[in-house]
Amino acid sequence: MAADPILAQSALPLSRRQLLAATGALALPVAMRPAYAAPAPLDFSELYGKVSVLGLSFSDKVKALKGQEVAMRGFMAPPLKAEADFFVLTEIPMSICPFCSSDADWPDNIVVIYLDRAQTFEQANALIEVRGTLEVGSWTDPNTGFVSLLRLRRASFRKA
Amino acid sequence: MRRLLAALALSTALAGTAGATAIYPLDRATILAGSPFDLKVEFDKEVQPQDVSITINGQPVEQVLGKKPDFIAKEEGVNASAVLLRAAAFPKPGTYKVEAKAGGETKTVTWDVYATAATPKAKNVIFFLGDGLSVAHRTGARLMSKGMTEGKANGRLNIDDFERMAFIGTSSTNAIATDSANTMSAYMTGHKTAVNALGVYADRTKSTLDDPKVETIAEAIRRTSKKSVGIVTGAEVEDATPAAVVAHTRARADKADIVGMMLDVKPDVVLGGGSAYFLPKTTPGSKRKDDKDYIQLFKDAGYTLATDKTELASAAGTNTGKILGLFHPANMDVTLDREFLKKGTVEKFPNQPGLVEMTKVALNQLAKNPDGFFLMVEGASIDKMSHPMDWERALFETIEFDQAVGVGIEFLKTHPDTLIVVTGDHTHGISIIGTIDDNKPGPDMRDKVGVYADAGFPNYEDKNGDGFPDKVDVSRRLAVFASNYPDYYETWRPKMDGPFDPAVQNEKKQYVANEAYKNVPGATFREGNLPRSADTAVHAVDDVVLQATGAGADGFKGYMEESDVYRVLVDVMALAPAKN
Repeated sequence: MAADPILAQSALPLSRRQLLAATGALALPVAMRPAYAAPAPLDFSELYGKVSVLGLSFSDKVKALKGQEVAMRGFMAPPLKAEADFFVLTEIPMSICPFCSSDADWPDNIVVIYLDRAQTFEQANALIEVRGTLEVGSWTDPNTGFVSLLRLRRASFRKA
Repeated sequence: MRRLLAALALSTALAGTAGATAIYPLDRATILAGSPFDLKVEFDKEVQPQDVSITINGQPVEQVLGKKPDFIAKEEGVNASAVLLRAAAFPKPGTYKVEAKAGGETKTVTWDVYATAATPKAKNVIFFLGDGLSVAHRTGARLMSKGMTEGKANGRLNIDDFERMAFIGTSSTNAIATDSANTMSAYMTGHKTAVNALGVYADRTKSTLDDPKVETIAEAIRRTSKKSVGIVTGAEVEDATPAAVVAHTRARADKADIVGMMLDVKPDVVLGGGSAYFLPKTTPGSKRKDDKDYIQLFKDAGYTLATDKTELASAAGTNTGKILGLFHPANMDVTLDREFLKKGTVEKFPNQPGLVEMTKVALNQLAKNPDGFFLMVEGASIDKMSHPMDWERALFETIEFDQAVGVGIEFLKTHPDTLIVVTGDHTHGISIIGTIDDNKPGPDMRDKVGVYADAGFPNYEDKNGDGFPDKVDVSRRLAVFASNYPDYYETWRPKMDGPFDPAVQNEKKQYVANEAYKNVPGATFREGNLPRSADTAVHAVDDVVLQATGAGADGFKGYMEESDVYRVLVDVMALAPAKN
C-alpha cells in the first residue's frame, strides 16, 4: 500500500500505473518464488479507498491491479449449487437466516469468483485462497441477475 | 443471487396455499370504509367466464363496487382461473358477504367494513415499535438501567408508566409464527397477511409485486388528511418494519422496489440506514440492479439529505419540510457498539445518530404541521441482536428504545392531543433466570449461574446517569438464555469484539456452531434444538404487550390482533368519519 498514494498523485497513464503497481506488489513474492506463480496479494481491507453512506470508491491498489492476476484470502459464501463455476468470496464466514429474514443480506465486502471450470465446492467454513484476474466495474451476470463490482475471472482456489 | 434465495423461500411458502378456492381479502377481514383494496378470487381450476358469479350481499359485484372485475382465464404458473378487481372500496360501513361461484366451486367470505369516530380524539399519533420486544427485554432493560435493591426496582423505565395495555396476537395468515413484515403490515393496514408480505394478501402467482393490495396507514393519511408522516428506524429504511408503513409486496426482500414505494408516498421525514438501495448499481456499495439514483430523486422531490449526525442537526434547522436521513449503507450500528465499544462498523461510520436524536428531529419537524402527524419509530435492533442471542446488545437497544419513548412522553406533555402507542411486532424466546457470577467457585461456567437465592442481584453501575451501565462486562451479570437455538458455543459473557454470530453454514447447507467462539475461555458447545436450517434463535409465537397513553389510549384493552390495533389508530385520527 505504501507506494499507492504516490502513484495516485502522479499523472501517469493508467496502463503505466498498473504496470508499476503490479511490479511493486510482486517485488516481495518474486524474491521467494518463480514469477509466474506469484499473483499480487489483495486483502479485503484494501478494496476500497473512501467509504461513505453515499457509496464507496475503489482503492488505488484495486485500480492499479485491474486486469492483473491477484490472490485473495476469504471464505466461500454458501453456494447455490454443490457444483458450479462461480461463487462469492467473503471476508468472514457467512451465515444467513432463511426463515426469519428471507432478505438476509450478503455482506458489503464481497468479490465474485468465476472459476475456469465448474467444480464441487468444499466446506464454507474454511479459509481459502483464490487466484484469478481482477475485473473492476459493474457487471450483471446474465444467468443469475447478480450484480457485482469486483470479480476474479479464470480463477482457481485451494485451502489456505 | 439474493433474488434466487428469496424465490426459494417463497416457493416453499406458497406450497401450502394451493388446492382450494380463495378470496382476498380473507374471511373475517376488517376494512376501513372508503379504503381501497384489491379483490381477488382464485379458483381451483380453469373455469369459463360465463360460469363465474361473484356477489356481495346477493348483488352482482360490479353493482356494489361500481367496477367490473377482470377475468383471468389461466393464471401464470397454474392451471386455474382467477378474477381480479383493483382498488375497490366500500364507502359505507357494514357487513359484506362475498360469494364466488364457478364450475362447481363455491367460496363465501364475510368482511366487516367499519367507519371511524366522526371527530378525532388525537391530532398526532406516535407509534413506537420495538422489534422483537418481549417481556424479558423490558425486565432486563429495567434491571440494567435502574438497578434493584431488596427486590424492588430502583427506578422505572418510561414504558413502565403507560396507563393502557393490551395483549397482542401476532400470528400470520399462513402460520401461527410470524416475521416482522406481516405483523407490522397488520398494524399498518388493518389486514393480517402471510410471512414476508407487506401491504398485500399473498396470492399464488409467482410475481411478488402483483399480489392483491390493501391500503397502508400512510396512504390512508395521504388520502383523507393533510397530516404529515414520519418514519424513524435504526434498521435500513426499506427493512420490513419501516417498509410496512408504505409498501406493497409479497416479499420483504424486494428492498430496491420498496425504496420506490417510499418515494411514491413521500413521508415527510425518513431517518435510518439502508442507503445501499438508494444508489445506482454503478456506484460501489450499491445493492440495486438498475441505474436509478434515489438519492437524487428524493432531492428532486424536495428532501434535505443528511448522512451523519452533524448533517442531521443542520437538516433539522433548514425548515424545508422534508428530511431524508440515511446514516449507514445497511443497518445502523447498535448502541453498545456506537456509544461504548466502537465495534461493528462504527470505525467506518463514526458519526451515526441514535434513536433518541432521530426521534427528536422527527418530532420537531412533524409538529410544524398544524394538521398533525403520524410518526413510526422502530427500535429495530432489539430483534436484530436477539436473533444471534447477543443479549447485552439487545438490552442496550431496549434501553435506547425506552429513551426514545421518553422523547415522545415529553412531547405529549406539551401536546396532549397526541396518542402514544408502544408495542412489539413479535416476541423472542428470551428469558432471564438469574445471574452469572465470575466469582462463584469452579472452572465450569455453568457452576457460576446463580438461580433462586443464589442469584443475588447484578452489579451493573450507572454512575454517569445516562441510563446505560458504565461497564457491560461486570462480574455479576444477568443470566439470559434463549428457549431455542442452533448449534453454537455459549460463552456466558458479553461479546466485546462485536455482535455475536453463533452459527455458520456448511457445505450441506446446515448451520453449525461458529468455531470462532470455540476457544473463548469457558465456552461450551450447545447442541441446537432448532432444525439445522436455522442460523439463529427464532421469533416466539407468544403474545406481545402493547402499552398506550395519551388521547384515545382507552381503545386498547384485553386481547387484540394487530389488525385491531390499526382500527384504533385510524379511529383516533377519524380517517373515515361515519356519515349519515
